Amino acid sequence: MTSALDFTPAPGPAPLPRMVLAQTGAEVRAMLRNGEQLLLTLIIPVLLLVGFSVAPLIDVGGGSRVGFLTPGVLALAVMSTAFTGQAIATGFERRYGVLKRLGATPLSRTGLMLAKTLAVIAVEAVQVAVLVLVALALGWRPQGSAAAALLLILLGTAAFSGLGLLMAGLLRAEATLAAANLVYLLLLAAGGVVFPLSKFPDSVRPILELLPISALTGGLRAVLTGGAALPLGAVAVLAGWAVVSLGLAARTFRWE
Amino acid sequence: MESPAVEPAAEPAVEIIELVKRYGGATAIDGLTLRAGRGAVTAVLGPNGAGKTSTVEICEGFRKADAGTVRVLGLPPDAPALRPKVGVMLQSGGVPPAMRCGEWLRLVARFYARPLDAGTLLTRLGLSDHVRTPYRRLSGGQQQRLSLAAAVIGRPELVFLDEPTAGLDPQARHACWELVGELRSAGVSVVLTTHHMDEAERLADQVVIIDRGRVVAEGSPAALTGAERQLRFRARPGLALEELLNALPAGSAAKESPAGHYIIEGQVGPELLATATAWCAAEGVMADDLSIERRTLEDVFLELTGRELR
Repeated sequence: MTSALDFTPAPGPAPLPRMVLAQTGAEVRAMLRNGEQLLLTLIIPVLLLVGFSVAPLIDVGGGSRVGFLTPGVLALAVMSTAFTGQAIATGFERRYGVLKRLGATPLSRTGLMLAKTLAVIAVEAVQVAVLVLVALALGWRPQGSAAAALLLILLGTAAFSGLGLLMAGLLRAEATLAAANLVYLLLLAAGGVVFPLSKFPDSVRPILELLPISALTGGLRAVLTGGAALPLGAVAVLAGWAVVSLGLAARTFRWE
Repeated sequence: MESPAVEPAAEPAVEIIELVKRYGGATAIDGLTLRAGRGAVTAVLGPNGAGKTSTVEICEGFRKADAGTVRVLGLPPDAPALRPKVGVMLQSGGVPPAMRCGEWLRLVARFYARPLDAGTLLTRLGLSDHVRTPYRRLSGGQQQRLSLAAAVIGRPELVFLDEPTAGLDPQARHACWELVGELRSAGVSVVLTTHHMDEAERLADQVVIIDRGRVVAEGSPAALTGAERQLRFRARPGLALEELLNALPAGSAAKESPAGHYIIEGQVGPELLATATAWCAAEGVMADDLSIERRTLEDVFLELTGRELR
C-alpha cells in the first residue's frame, strides 16, 4: 500500500506561539534526558542541601543550617540550568549544526531564544519544587516575600543565561564544556552557596560580593532567611550582569 | 551565455549573477552565474572543492556573498519570508544526537502552517521502524533520509538538497530519486548537488557543471552529452588503428584510451559497424564488450574538469 503524500507547495509559517511551545517542549525533554546535566541541576544541589544540613561540616555562623543552605542551593540550581547547562547545550547544538538547521525553519532567532528561556524557567520550576520540598522535610521555615524571591530568581536567570550564551558564542563546544563546569565549581566555592562569604578575607570579599552567584545567594538569603524586603543591592548587581551579558551575547552569538 | 530576452512570467527559482565568495585568501566561488528554473530539477555537479556547497549555502542564507547578486524566489537569500517557502537538507548533521527520529520530524512539522503528515512521510522513506530511535543510533543512510524528510515536510516551493544520496544503499537511493520525481511533478523546484552522474542524468532537467568556482557547462543532460554516438570495445592493447582508420568513412576518429579500451567516433552507422567488425575479423581481434553508446555525463564531466585528483 502506498500512502498518499501531496507535495504540492503550500508553504507558510505556523503561528509563533505554536512554534515556540514546540521548541520549548523539545528543549525541556533534551534537558531532562541528559544524565550529566541532571547531575548538575538536581542531584548535586540535593546532596549539598541534605549533606551539609545534616552533618555539621561547615560553620554557618549560628542560626539554622538548613535556613542558611536552602537559599544558596536554590541559587546554585538556577546557575546550573541557566548558565552551565545552557552554555554546554548551546555549544554542542552549534557543533552538531542544530542551530544552523533551525535557522532554516520559520522559527526566528527571537522565537528560539524565547523557547530556550521558557525551557530554562520550566526546568528551574522543577528544581525549585524538589529543593523546597527537601528543605521543608529537613525543617526549613522560610520567611519573607515569595514575590521578592521570584524576582531575584528571574533576574539571576537572565544574568546567567546571558553569561552562558556568551561563553557558548566565544568558545568551541569542548572548551565550553570544560569552562562551564569549571566556572560552576568556582562559583559554588566562592559565591556564598555553602561557605559563608564572611569566612573569606576582607581583601577579596567586596569583589566576591559582586559575582552574580553571590548577589543571588545573598539576596535570596536576606529575603527567605532574614525576612528582608527586596534587597536592592542584589537586584542592582544581577540587573547589571543581565544587561551586560545579554548585550554581549547578542553581539557574539553565532548560528554556525 | 544568457540571452537578453525577457521572461516576464517565469521568474527563476534561483538566480545567481557573478557570485564571488572568498575564504581568507582563497577564492571558492569566482564569478558564478546560474539560473534554476521554477518547477524544475537543477543538478549542480562538480569535483570536491568546486564550490557546490558554498553556492548552495549562500542561497540558503547561511553564508554571505562577497560580490554578485543572488535571488531566491525573487528575494534576497536571508529574507525571513523565504524560510517557510524553502526546504533545506544539509550535507550532514543538523539534528541533536539524542533526539528521536520521529520526535525531530514532528518538531520540524510544528513550524509550518500546513505540513505533511510526519508518520506517512516516515513510512514512505522506510523509517517507520525507527520512530523512537535516537538520531545518533540511526545509520548514515537513515540519517540522510530523515534530513530529506525534514526538508520537504513543510510543503516548500523550493528545496535545496546537498548531496541527498551520499551514503545511501541502492534501495534508499531509488526511493530518494522517486521522491524527487514526485516533488517535480507536484511543481516543487529542486536544486541538488551530487557526485553521481547517473543521478544527475536521471533526475535533472538542467545540469550545471562547476569547477574552481565557475560554471564550465550547463544544459539538459541530453544537450550536454550530445547526440553523437561512439563505438566502444575492449581488445588487446596496441592495435594498429591507422589501418582501421583508412577503412572507415572519412571524418571518423579512433583512439585507445586507456590501454586496451578503444573508442571510434564519427558517423556511427551500420556501415561503420560492419567495417570495424570486418577489420577485427581480419586482424584476429576479439572485440569484447562491443557497444554503441552516446557520451555519458561522466565523459563530459571528466573532459571538462580533468582526471587529476583534487
